[in-house]
Amino acid sequence: MNRRDFFAVLGGGVVVMLVEDEMLAQETGGGRGGRRAQPQNLNAWLHIGETGIVTVFSGKVEVGQNARTSLTQAVAEELRAPVSSIHMVLADTDLTPYDMGTVGSMTTPLMWPVMRRAAAAARETLVDLASQKWMVERSTVQVADGKVSAGSRSAGFGELTHGETLTRTIPANVALAPATEWKIAGTSLPKVNARDIVTGAQRYTYDRKAPGMLYAKVLRPPSFGATLLSLDSAATEAIPGVKVLREGDFVGVTATDSSRAERAVATLKAEWKPLVAETTSKDVYAYFKQNAQGAAAGPGLTAYTVAYIAHVPLEPRSALAEWKDGKLTVWTGSQRPFGVRSELAEHFGIPEENVRVIVPDTGSGYGGKHDGEAAYEAARLAKATGQPVKRDWTREEEMTWAYFRPGGLIEVAGKLNLDGTLAEWEMHNYNSGPSGLKTPYDVANKTEEMHQSKSPLRQGSYRGLAGTANHFARESYMDELAHSAGIDPLEFRLKNARNERLRAVLQAAAVKFGWKDRKKTPGRGFGISGGFEKGSYVANCVEVNAVNGAVKVVRVVEAFECGAIVNPEHLRNQVEGAVAMGMGGALFEHVDFAGNRILTNRLSRYRVPRFADMPVIESVLLDRRDLPSAGAGETPIMGIAPAIGNAIFDATAQRIRALPMMPDKLSAGSNSALA
Amino acid sequence: MAKITELNVNGSRRTLDADSDRTLLSVLREDLDLTGTKYGCGEGQCAACTVLVDGTPTKSCLTKVGAVAGKRIVTIEGLAAGGQLHPMQEAFIEADAMQCGWCTPGMILGAVGLLQRTPHPTDAEIVSGMNGHICRCGTYSRVTHAIHLAAGKGGHA
Repeated sequence: MNRRDFFAVLGGGVVVMLVEDEMLAQETGGGRGGRRAQPQNLNAWLHIGETGIVTVFSGKVEVGQNARTSLTQAVAEELRAPVSSIHMVLADTDLTPYDMGTVGSMTTPLMWPVMRRAAAAARETLVDLASQKWMVERSTVQVADGKVSAGSRSAGFGELTHGETLTRTIPANVALAPATEWKIAGTSLPKVNARDIVTGAQRYTYDRKAPGMLYAKVLRPPSFGATLLSLDSAATEAIPGVKVLREGDFVGVTATDSSRAERAVATLKAEWKPLVAETTSKDVYAYFKQNAQGAAAGPGLTAYTVAYIAHVPLEPRSALAEWKDGKLTVWTGSQRPFGVRSELAEHFGIPEENVRVIVPDTGSGYGGKHDGEAAYEAARLAKATGQPVKRDWTREEEMTWAYFRPGGLIEVAGKLNLDGTLAEWEMHNYNSGPSGLKTPYDVANKTEEMHQSKSPLRQGSYRGLAGTANHFARESYMDELAHSAGIDPLEFRLKNARNERLRAVLQAAAVKFGWKDRKKTPGRGFGISGGFEKGSYVANCVEVNAVNGAVKVVRVVEAFECGAIVNPEHLRNQVEGAVAMGMGGALFEHVDFAGNRILTNRLSRYRVPRFADMPVIESVLLDRRDLPSAGAGETPIMGIAPAIGNAIFDATAQRIRALPMMPDKLSAGSNSALA
Repeated sequence: MAKITELNVNGSRRTLDADSDRTLLSVLREDLDLTGTKYGCGEGQCAACTVLVDGTPTKSCLTKVGAVAGKRIVTIEGLAAGGQLHPMQEAFIEADAMQCGWCTPGMILGAVGLLQRTPHPTDAEIVSGMNGHICRCGTYSRVTHAIHLAAGKGGHA
């Protein structure tokens, strides 16, 4: 977007751009000519309009984690503007600065301070304006509650910026208010878009339409990896209003309504050549080790396994694509709008400037929406038909053709000194990933290795994916060591943890739970776990009832610490949600596959947590105002599985070393109890 | 093929021209642009598509539009009266009983139906009444809290 365009789109006022360093700020401050006047290293920008409305631009996406609210708080805090005056434009590749993606719990540690700096710089710009207009000393100018004042003079932001078309480029190292002085940041500001959600007014991608739009369906092969031998589409193309596109193995159908498109795609006659399957969900753990790159660990370690699981975002993948004068615009629910822009530019052989990707607030992602499959399908059909095309994935497609959280094999060994401290530690992860592999406990002699392998399924990111797998193995094995040494599991962890932040969450969870006073009765068991990942610390205490092989999680306490808390209520919601979601992967979620087919391809065949599964969930949030804020989307999910497993062991003396722990026992439970 | 030409939705008579064997969900979303009613699974497992039909929570993904001709249909867009949110909508905001919000419209309508049957439900009655609704973000305990809040405010009205 050209700097002159800022004002063409938004009207007069003041624009503040934040760039990475001062030298580049000077180079780009005047606005270079050419097509990309926006600095390449632009982190954020905001506009204060002549009506006092503040429009803020960030490449992050809102997927339910409340980025829209927390970023609004960042701006309100530093700009000292009312929340209601702030309008947040997110994830539009033509309007917002480049962003690598809403991934890895990085919005809070990385984007949040950037937003604050942009707002602080804007506030200082307003002070400059007031000082010049009123001819007063800068130091006498105050900014508070959306007003600028000096002595008896006072003006709203809009009055001050009226008639201006001022742009400022500011380096990213502007000073910020310390957390101890926050007034809006650090409070439980309610979700800014809550009213739109409860009234149904919020338009997700799935809800978007364009005039003259066609609905698309795609012909799926019977198994993955199959190639298309022949296609007979004569009967399909004879249906009024239906068009068929074949490009290689891709076959898409468009029609004027979705029911017609669905009927049409069912009339295609295709012959597929299947790919020979290399393994199944039952045999995949041995397969991981056989196909490990580099040397695998020798025998004698304790093995844990983690199944592939599905994200099941309740809004499936969806896209609306439209071509105009060689330029493609796509609305799609992706966590990586700029990544999708690159994908599309590459697919169609056009410059990135000719692709615009807009991500409406999205019906969740959990790491499962990093790429642009639906966007590409919609765009190629829109190109072929010359009309806007909508491509909504079904639940079955979402559970079959999206990527999965990787399965993994993890092997652990450890030895203790006589005093119960760790003497040796060895841990190997095959396939699922390195995140959370390094132990937060103190041990001098350790080996921790990640072994890349071959995945029979499409695999990718997931909320705390490898962190969950590695914490499951480590915290379960720590429990095994504690029991072998006859030491209380909490005491054993504290004995081996010097890190104060880890000790603090373990102790906070234990106190809230009443760990020391717990009373074992038949069938009742208690488990604990601790962990660290992505700048934040977590500890869980769990109580289970295990009777006749059935397990009910009764109570979960989670202590969580992620530095200075940005929004306590939203953090609490995030922690509770992570516990609920984590229980699915811990107890019953698993993707079954054989013959290159996904067998768990529907919600009636793949169980996710429901009301009836919920324990009492209590959270303890440790607010460290002396530390920078870390993200909270992932770490709160990582310790729930081992804490449950350790509680099951406490109740039954059975050690379960596979996730999910109750794949069959619970699977007939609440899925059938529909309202 | 039989056609449906009129539906009673949110207190209005809406004219349309739809095959009567299409789902109520697709007609609401595509023909009437009432996109607050969400698709989640298409097999009645998640209840994101819940609407009220003559006051009863009904999964619109499993309901043929021909079966609801002449019945009173209420979608999430019709719950607030004259700009005033329904007590259940207010309670969901107050309890922060949502994250991504995709399940929320169905959840709210299911909860309104629950309070019509059981004005002051216990936790166990909420669990059994709402167990068909999936919230993948895991806000179940907050939804339960919201239902109690709404029950206290006469949310069955």
